This record gives sequence, C-alpha cells and structure tokens, in this order.
Amino acid sequence: MQDSPAIVQDAVEAETHEHPPYQRHHFETIGQQDDATNFAMWLFLLTEVMFFGGLFTAYLILRNWYYPAFVAGSHQLNIGWGSANTAVLISSSFTMAMGVWCAETRRKSGLVLCLVLTFLLGLVFLGIKTIEYSEKIEKHHVPGFHYSLQSFLDPASDPVAAQYGDKPLALDMARKTELYFFLYFAMTGMHALHMIIGIAILGYMIFRARAGAYTTGHVTFVENFGLYWHFVDIVWIFLFALLYLISRHS
Amino acid sequence: MSDTIVSLPDQSTARIPKMNFLTRENGLLSWLLTGDHKRIAILYLISISFFFFIGGALAGLIRLELLTPQSDLMATDTYNKVFSMHGIIMIFFFLVPSVPATLGNFFIPMMLGAKDLALPKINLLSWYLYIAGGLLALYTMMSGGVDTGWTFTTPLSTHYVNTHVLTTGLAVFVAGFSSIFTGLNFIVTIHKMRAPGMTWFRMPLFVWAHYAASILMVLGTPVLAIAIVLIALERTVGIGVFDPAKGGDPLLFQHLFWFYSHPAVYIMILPGMGVISEVISTFSRKRVFGYTAVAFSSVAIAVFGFFVWAHHMFIMGISNYAVLVFSLLTMLVAVPSAIKIFNWAFTLYKGSITFETPMLYAFGFMGLFTIGGMTGVFLGASGTDIHLTETYFIVAHFHFVMVGGMLMAFLAGLHFWWPKMTGRMYPEKISQLAAVVTFIGFNLTFFPQFILGTLGMPRRYASYPPEFQILNVFSTAGATILGVGYLLPVLYLTWSLKYGAIAGDNPWQATGLEWQTQSPPLTENFVELPIMDHEAYDYEWLERHNRDRQKEEEVASAG
Repeated sequence: MQDSPAIVQDAVEAETHEHPPYQRHHFETIGQQDDATNFAMWLFLLTEVMFFGGLFTAYLILRNWYYPAFVAGSHQLNIGWGSANTAVLISSSFTMAMGVWCAETRRKSGLVLCLVLTFLLGLVFLGIKTIEYSEKIEKHHVPGFHYSLQSFLDPASDPVAAQYGDKPLALDMARKTELYFFLYFAMTGMHALHMIIGIAILGYMIFRARAGAYTTGHVTFVENFGLYWHFVDIVWIFLFALLYLISRHS
Repeated sequence: MSDTIVSLPDQSTARIPKMNFLTRENGLLSWLLTGDHKRIAILYLISISFFFFIGGALAGLIRLELLTPQSDLMATDTYNKVFSMHGIIMIFFFLVPSVPATLGNFFIPMMLGAKDLALPKINLLSWYLYIAGGLLALYTMMSGGVDTGWTFTTPLSTHYVNTHVLTTGLAVFVAGFSSIFTGLNFIVTIHKMRAPGMTWFRMPLFVWAHYAASILMVLGTPVLAIAIVLIALERTVGIGVFDPAKGGDPLLFQHLFWFYSHPAVYIMILPGMGVISEVISTFSRKRVFGYTAVAFSSVAIAVFGFFVWAHHMFIMGISNYAVLVFSLLTMLVAVPSAIKIFNWAFTLYKGSITFETPMLYAFGFMGLFTIGGMTGVFLGASGTDIHLTETYFIVAHFHFVMVGGMLMAFLAGLHFWWPKMTGRMYPEKISQLAAVVTFIGFNLTFFPQFILGTLGMPRRYASYPPEFQILNVFSTAGATILGVGYLLPVLYLTWSLKYGAIAGDNPWQATGLEWQTQSPPLTENFVELPIMDHEAYDYEWLERHNRDRQKEEEVASAG
C-alpha cells in the first residue's frame, strides 16, 4: 500500500530518463529492481533458515536425550581450531562488508582487494576444517566408517578425553556419540558446502569487479552476496556454540 | 446477453492479433530459453499434464487391482510400488505445481499490471528443476520403483526396503526447490511489482490465495528438503537420527515430514480457492461477498496450516496433551475454509448466475470441497481419527479435497482463462458435458470409499475381504467414468487451438486487468502501464470502461 505512490513518481522519472544498461526490461525503475532483488535474497535466506532449522531440531532432541554422549563427543573437537575458524569467518564478514562499502562508494581497487581477502579467508576456513576432519578420520570418529568407541569407553587411553577428566561411558551411551558425530559432520558439512558455493561465486565476482562491473552504481549483486556470506557466517557461530562449547562453562 | 455473458467478436471479421507472446519468436530454443512468464506457464502446463496422465494411469491400475478381493492383477509388492508412485507423481509433480506454476505464473503478473514476474530467470530455472525432478521420478519408475508410499516412513524407508528410495528422494528434493523458487518469485512480485493504484486490497483474490500458498512453499519446503537429506544420509552412511536401533528418533522424521506435508495440502488447495473466487464472481456478476474476509482467510489458512501437522501422528504415540492441542488447532483451520465457502455462497445470492463450464466446475468444487473439509474435521478429532486413520476413509477424504477440490478448481481455471491464453474459445456444450461426467465419475469413485473406510477396509493393501467387493466395484466403475471426464478436455482443448471460435479480449466480461488486454497477450502484457483506479470485481467500472471505449471507437471511425 505504501510503495505504490512512490512507483508512480519513479515511473514519471523513468519516462524522462534513459534506462541504465543493467536495468532489466520488465522493471519500471531501477529502484524497483533493486528492491525486488534485495527482497528475494532475504526470502531465500529465510528458506535457508528453515533448511538448517531441521538439523537444529534434530540436534536439540538428541542432545536432550543423550547429553553425556554429546559432552564426551564435544570434548573430542579441537576448540583451538574452532575458535580460529570463528575468528577467520568473522574477519571475512568484515572484509565482505567493506567490499560492499567500496562498491557503493565506487572504489574499484578497494573492492577487488576486499573480495580477494574474503576469498582467501574463506579458503583458510576450509583448510582448517580439512585439518579438523582429518583428525576425526585418524581417530575413527567418522560415523558409519569403522567408528571406534575407544575414546568414550576408556577415556584414560585417549589424551584429549583424559585432559578433560572424562568418566568412562556405559556402552549404550558411548554408542550415542556416533549420533553426535553424525550431526557434527552433517551440520558442518552442510555449512562447508555453503562456503564452497560462496567461494566459487566470490571467484566469479573478483573477475567481474576487475572489469569494473560493480563500481558503476549498480551494487545489488555485491550487496546480496554480502547478505549470503553473513548468513553463512551466522550459521557457523551457532554451530560453534552448539558443537564445540557444550559444558565448557564449568 | 440474456442467458449468457459470453461476448464474442463478430466471427466474420474477428482476428487473433498478429503480434502476441506466442508469435513473437519461433523455434524450440525461443521456448527453452524464454524468460516470459506466459511461455513458462505453457511449458509447465504441458509438463504437468504429462505427469497427470502418468499418475492417472497408475491410479487406473490401482482401481483395476481392487476390482476383485484377491490380489490377482499384480504381485503385492508391485501394488505397493504402483500406489507409491501414484502418490509421489500426483502430489509432487502435479498437485503442488498445478495451479500456481501454470495459471498463477501466467496471470499473477497480468493481474498486478506488471510486465513479468520479478525474477524471470529464476522462473525458468524452476521449470528446469521441475523437469529434472520429473525425469528422475520417471527413471525410478522404469528401474524398479519405490514402495515406501509417498510418505517415506522411517525406518521402513531407511532400513527395511531395498527399492529406489535415493533417486525418488532426490527427485522430490529437486522438485521441492522448483516449488520454493516459484513461491519466492510470487511473493517478491506481489510485494514489488504492483501497478500504480494496485493496493493490497484491490488485488484479485486469486493473487491473495497465491500469496498465502507462496508463504507455505517458502517456509515449508526447505524442511522437507532437510528431512530427505537426512534419509539419504541414513541410507548411505548407515547411521542416522531416525533409526531407533541406533538411538535415533523415528518420530522426528514424522515431525519434519509433516511440518512440510501438512502445509503442502494448503499449497495445493489455496491456489484452487483463488480460482474459484474469480470464477464465482465473474459468472454471478457480483463483487465477491466479504472480499477482505476472503483475502484474510487465505492468510489465516496459511498461518494455522503450520500448527496442525501432528494430527497425522495421533496413533504414533505422541503425548496426550499434544493430541489435545493439535486436535483443537486442526478444527480451527475449518473456520477460514468455511468463511470462504459461505462467502462464495453469499456471492451467488441474488447474483446473475450463468452456467458456463468454469462455473459448473466451481459448483463441483464447492460441494466436494465442503464434504472433503468436513470429513477432515472427523479426522482431526482424535477419537474418531483412531478408528478412521489408515483406512479408506482417509483416502476418500484426501481425494475429495485434492481431486474433488483442487482438480475441479484447476479445470475451472483452465477453461476460464483458456480464451485469454490461446485467443480461442473451448467448445461450450461438450465441455459442460465433461464437467458433469467428471462430477458423476468422481462421486461414484470416492463416495463408496468413505463407507469402506468406516467399515474398516485398510488402505495400501492389494487384497481385501470379499464382503467389501460391491463397493469396490462401484469405485472402479466410477474411476473409469472419471478417466473419460479427464480425457475429454484434452481432446477438445487441443481441437480448439485450431478450430475454436475467436475469443476477443474479454469474452466473459470479467473485471481483472488480465482481461483488459488482447488475447493472447503481448509479451509485455500491456501496451502501456495500466493504472488501477477502481476496486477489484467492480462491474460498474467495467460497464463505464466499455462505454468509453465504444465512444472512442465511434469518434475514431467518424473522424
């Protein structure tokens, strides 16, 4: 109801001006086009929230049922790498936000620099994730593939578990750590998939930005990608708290 | 104009406009790479009709098997596969995209006075995803099928069956994204692409209904997607959150699945309700009674629809308190649905009603949907549900809503807008006959199933006690008639593409913006940006508008 008069005014303006080349033919004004694509991006992020929501629900229920197994599983994660990754992602969100600012203020070299930094930080995140995953593979903590209960049945034999002073779990509960690691791999894997998609788009954007595509006043693509990148970042912050920080408060 | 409102142009001079969206470009590529919402709607129409007839053929096989008490036409596990594929194809590849992706795609931008949907490329992508999902489903069917039922119940689907759960799951996953993109596109278009003067409460109710359905598509479908991903992981990796033997929770799957699949029935029915609003108003020459109430009832159905999913789980051991709450909430959904039915009835009251084919289908919808909805209240009440669930009562209830409701609405809409889409009329007499045949066939097929269900015949079995045979024979006979009722439109609508009378801009004298432009429309829909200066369904405005146009033409010809 609110925006209709604005559209009228925009339409009047549009008749007197030439269309910029990036305006699609079916929009009356460039303002309408930017509004629509921004809104579409927010809606898409909403579907992503619902998508991850299913996993978070599963986590919530199983953690309530098998809390000791989840704590013991969580102790096997490397909190140093996890914190480093959180710092890396937050920095990359900062460089991305700076990139959007550069695009808006038409600083081409600044934009390219910010995008390259974001790209690199994204790769660093995936690199650290690979190190963490390979630790899990070495200790046979990958569910479904020769999963080993050693660290949970006999924590004294496992330096990490011993360090936290874990008590041995009953066999029945120890088996549930497999569910914890299943959720760990499913959730961080789904997150990593989003990172890989984001990094691929960043690579494309760096080429386009060097050609000056985003510094002519049309910044919606950079802006919307920024939204996506921040969303992926926020998901990680939830994952970090839920997977790494169980019972670390004591 | 005494007994009919069809206003056809003089057939000796009438012409289909030379320039329209169909003639703008030629060649296969111009269709496969199009961004035009009207062309994508036609692509969807062809593809969903194809899947409808595959699903229909499977339904025919089911009814043929159930003609006799013994399982003699096919082996019992083949029967399981046939009803599973019938459900999967009909729900995910016909009912969910039916009205939104065809009629909604075609007419929402036109009704809003826009040139296209907000995201034309995403619209095309959604069609390709639909086709990819559909091909995967066909591949599944060819390579041995799946026998979990369309509900993929765990741990059956993850642990016990050895059929093609993975490819079917992938098919549904991909088709789900097609549906998400359609819904997302509609919401953005309705928010941002309205013509000047087109306020929210001047929008046709068809658009309101699609808005509500789109909210459900955008919020519900991702949850189905993650449920399917978890099933796939459970099948491949061998451990999962749904397997009770490993400490998982099979009820969690039910929650995730029905969190989408219950709202999904509103995704299917709401656009149909939108069609009925347009048709009822046009053929009784009256503004829809209680426009605002009908608009908000669509949104109310969408909101309530998200809080009723556990009524599918009354016999699965959820807590008594949950049963109580979900039972109550389920009955609440009946309120906005009833608001719609009553308001349509009041629209008819003292209207100048004519009985063209779309109106016949709309009447069919009102009757059958009312029965379908009321029996839904039986199933929402936990006491009766425990007796009736997993029997043919549920099959009958669902088909009354989906076939008697949604399919009738789809056919009503298809006939109603056929002149606008193709520029030609369908043949009136034979299509009225088809509508009546469909109605009779439908009742004969599904009404006996209510009785069978209350008598205790379970669903999903290839054989049944001999005392149920007489009612099953009725049902199978009805299905044959129903099949004829659905074949007829294919034949005469195809025929009308070449031989139908030329329709002109506004054969029904309807008020929507889509009728104020040529048929078939231009690629840009309108010659100049329309300005909405009247309420929806304002038939007096239409008269003034027609008079003004006539005067202009007279002045032009005199000059």
